[in-house]
Amino acid sequence: MGGFGHYLLSHLDTMRREFWFLFVGGVANGFLYGMVAVGYTLVYGVLRLINFAHSEIFMSGGFAGYFVMKAMIGPTVPSGFATVYLIVIGIVVGGVVGAAIATLVERVAYRPLRRRHAPALAYLISAIGASYFLFNLAGKEFGRYSISVPQPYVNHTVFTIFGAPVQLYYLVILIAGVIMFVGLDRIVAKTKLGRGIRAVAQDAETASLMGVNIDRTIAMTFIVGGALGGAAGFLFGLGTGVVFTMGFTPALKAFTAAVLGGIGNLRGAMIGGLLLGVVESLSVVFVQAAYIDVVAFGILVAVLLIRPTGILGERLGRAA
Amino acid sequence: MSDKIFDVQNVTLRFGGVVSLNDVSLHQNRGEILAVIGPNGAGKTSLFNSLTGVYQPQEGTITFLGRDAKPISIIGKKAHRVSAAGVARTFQASRMFSALTAFENVKIGAESHRGIGVLGAMLRGPATRRGEKTSDAKTEELLKFVGMTDKANVISASLSYGDRRRLEIARGLATDPQVLLLDEPAAGTNPSEKIQLTELIRKVRNEMGVSILLIEHDMKLVMSLAERLYVLNFGGVIAEGTPDEIRSNPAVIDAYLGSSTVETEERT
Amino acid sequence: MMMTIFQNLSVRRFLSSVAVVAVIAVMTGPAGSTEAPTAGFTGSFSEKSSFFGLFETIRWVPFLFIAVVFFAVWTLWLSRGEQLKGGVSKALAAPRSATQRRPVRWGITLVFLFVAIILPHVISDPFWQAAMVEQIGVYILLAIGLNVVVGFAGLLDLGFVAFYAIGAYTTAWVTGALPTPPLFGIHMDPFFAIPIAILIAMLAGIILGAPTLRLRGDYLAIVTLGFGEIITIFANNLYGITGGSQGTAVIPHFSLHLGPIKYLWGLTPVPYYYLTLVFVVLFLAAFSLLEHSRVGRAWTAIREDEVAAESVGINPLKYKVMAFAIGASTAGFAGVVTASQSNNIFPSSFTLQFSINILVLVIFGGMGSIVGVVLGAIVIQTGSMFLLHSPPAGYQPSDLYIYLGALLMVMMIFRPAGLIPSRRRRREIRLSEAGEGHADEVLTGEQP
Ligand SMILES: Nc1ncnc2c1ncn2[C@@H]1O[C@H](COP(=O)(O)OP(=O)(O)O)[C@@H](O)[C@H]1O
Ligand SMILES: [Mg+2]
Repeated sequence: MGGFGHYLLSHLDTMRREFWFLFVGGVANGFLYGMVAVGYTLVYGVLRLINFAHSEIFMSGGFAGYFVMKAMIGPTVPSGFATVYLIVIGIVVGGVVGAAIATLVERVAYRPLRRRHAPALAYLISAIGASYFLFNLAGKEFGRYSISVPQPYVNHTVFTIFGAPVQLYYLVILIAGVIMFVGLDRIVAKTKLGRGIRAVAQDAETASLMGVNIDRTIAMTFIVGGALGGAAGFLFGLGTGVVFTMGFTPALKAFTAAVLGGIGNLRGAMIGGLLLGVVESLSVVFVQAAYIDVVAFGILVAVLLIRPTGILGERLGRAA
Repeated sequence: MSDKIFDVQNVTLRFGGVVSLNDVSLHQNRGEILAVIGPNGAGKTSLFNSLTGVYQPQEGTITFLGRDAKPISIIGKKAHRVSAAGVARTFQASRMFSALTAFENVKIGAESHRGIGVLGAMLRGPATRRGEKTSDAKTEELLKFVGMTDKANVISASLSYGDRRRLEIARGLATDPQVLLLDEPAAGTNPSEKIQLTELIRKVRNEMGVSILLIEHDMKLVMSLAERLYVLNFGGVIAEGTPDEIRSNPAVIDAYLGSSTVETEERT
Repeated sequence: MMMTIFQNLSVRRFLSSVAVVAVIAVMTGPAGSTEAPTAGFTGSFSEKSSFFGLFETIRWVPFLFIAVVFFAVWTLWLSRGEQLKGGVSKALAAPRSATQRRPVRWGITLVFLFVAIILPHVISDPFWQAAMVEQIGVYILLAIGLNVVVGFAGLLDLGFVAFYAIGAYTTAWVTGALPTPPLFGIHMDPFFAIPIAILIAMLAGIILGAPTLRLRGDYLAIVTLGFGEIITIFANNLYGITGGSQGTAVIPHFSLHLGPIKYLWGLTPVPYYYLTLVFVVLFLAAFSLLEHSRVGRAWTAIREDEVAAESVGINPLKYKVMAFAIGASTAGFAGVVTASQSNNIFPSSFTLQFSINILVLVIFGGMGSIVGVVLGAIVIQTGSMFLLHSPPAGYQPSDLYIYLGALLMVMMIFRPAGLIPSRRRRREIRLSEAGEGHADEVLTGEQP
């Protein structure tokens, strides 16, 4: 008892000292998870399926960003306005490539099956195949080693919260994340495309009777989700480096975030992402670094056990 | 009193804002052929789903008189437990195991209540073989009972509408039920199939002693078959009585029989 | 005939043929790197190559030739007339009764068994003898185990490797090859590891499956995917228990001490081959009986219409958990064989790659079809061993994964029921495509 009490006290003390530092990192990671989780949730909304190839959309955004940064950044590290400019370009390129790969996946791995009314199992297997094909092909073409992305000057501290430094990198993720979420939320709530997505999510048959073009809506869903996933891939790669398998773990966590928030629910994806990011970051105090991924997995299983509909509940149609 | 095979008290079932069943109370006597009628969307199928454990009503009680006259509460039980207790059903849009033969469909019903016995199945021991024989014999008997012996090896998806209905009845009977719930069994069948079906339902009750709970839109069929009826509208019971009483009940005529306005207004 | 061929010539189809063949060219082409990210793509078309051994040329020439042939075959295929129309009615033809098929089946089985028995005497190359045990025999075992999960119960398990690892580590534990003291404190023969490994793998399957299987099918896929990774993390980091990334100490070979009979399986592959063969035959027999038993029919019923299955008293969760546990214990069993045969185990051999590889064997052979899965395993594993043994120019071992990924997609698009489809499965897929039945639906919010 005394031993455990001591353990707890010493860790709580660490927690108190490191809290804000870990919190800031967790929020940044949480935004990235949320951006990827949105892709899962959108596709789930219209197809009632988990898109297993989403991890490779993330990976392709990472590589696209890497090549752009490598081409644009010379021997001197850019700073100031050039930083902003480079990051915007990286996000755009990552997003475009992510959207392109997502479209490709939809066309090749999903659409032929949809035409044939294939059973659900076939979609899952086809998407797994696509994912496996894509990341191994990336390994072949770009090498099977991890490489760091040339950075503009993003590691300096902009300000501090309770003594915890907030680096520009985190701020970039925060701003990009907020802009994308608010934009997406507006799109789904206000535009014709958004109405189409919600209608298909609620009842595909009725939506198609009411003149919603199901094929187009599904394609657009992949594009929007792919763009966010690709952009997140770039931002992630910027901090952590890129490698052909980089999509696997973040995507698994993003899926956890989507389930945590309530799959099919856009705001849920965002909230789930933030929550997971922060919890995971704080858990460093209690578990060894090697087991961090186990924490996220434990959360996934716990959510599925206790509340499989997540915090905000399912359904894209209702609480978009 | 103790002979009510189903006793439904104040059951309310909601889906979000939609109230499918609103404070429904009704009962069925053992051995009775009871019908539930009402316009589309009245809540008839919802009632069936509540009686069979597919839906879980938010309020009320449903008591079922089980095999040894033991009262069982249905609410909170999973569908397979309800089946094991002795409630069999058919579906409004018939649900066969389409890729299996008629024989296999019925056999699955006949053997589902025995324990699982994986090891026995993998080793195919004497007990397993005996079990197979028993279910085969029972299946053959039931196919004969519904008049489908010649179609035993036909894939069920290629059966006619009427045959599917009869096969579903055989599959339900294979579970040795106390009561059989039939959701619009005559829908989509032709006149001669309707007559056969009426005969079959009567035979199920008279020869097997299985109580029948019936949803049906075909008034001629209902009135000739049912001994008592409930009329549902907007999720509530609006009338109860013998066919003659129902025929002359002004509320029923108003809501359902007299005009078709209600039916066209309701979503199907 | 000529008319229809010309009618069927289409630019779009030609471009599709070129695109497909271009992807194949890239898949089989040279590798690139982050320094030269386009080198792989351009090299796939510009490198020197031989035109099917006839003359020297550049890669794009033979591939363009293949594209043209591919296009021609495709066009001719379509000109054969609408052969798809018969699909549903053919699928619905009354099945031949079991008694009609039985003699043929036994004949084929005996022929296969005979070939399997004499095979090690025909093939004496040690590479192939070892491959027949490690890469084919064990993989058949794994594939028919996964087939119970994917084929019979229709559940996607992407972390099959986890249970294989559990079996292997259990063997190491029981035989005293782990840093942690062995079970019961004594070093036992791997034979005793078999029941223990089966039990532990089964328990792991139940613990993981029971909560997850209540939910939608794809949740199981992702949870198992995660579980596969988690197991490797534990194996890698629990130094005091598993030996960490250094792997285990030496695990003994199987040995038999029955009264006067003493036999030790050693380093030579042939005795292991026969042992594995015995195991495979036993599992095949058990699973064939299972398929045609009450349990097999219940799985089919659940796969086709869960609501209807429940209405006749089948508890879907129980049957799903059971399929999952049977799959897990088969993988655990295969883990025992591998651990004892290879003497050491390392966390790095239990990868996602492995799980996907087994899934490919099941999908390629035909999910739900035991014969198909066995043949699929033999074909794919022989193929990949052949690529390893005598690789064509420019082939790297990791290219195999690209091929396997592509194969999964291609199978789902063109032949979802697999090489040798199970009759039930093929009917189900055809019926689902024709809008009949309720086999796991997508895009329809179905009400019971
Ligand atoms: N699963 C469900 N989800 C939402 N609403 C449902 C569901 N099942 C039934 N309802 C609603 O309950 C009402 C009664 O339907 P139902 O019981 O099918 O009527 P009936 O069988 O009498 O035609 C309808 O308004 C229907 O939309
Ligand atoms: Mg109804």
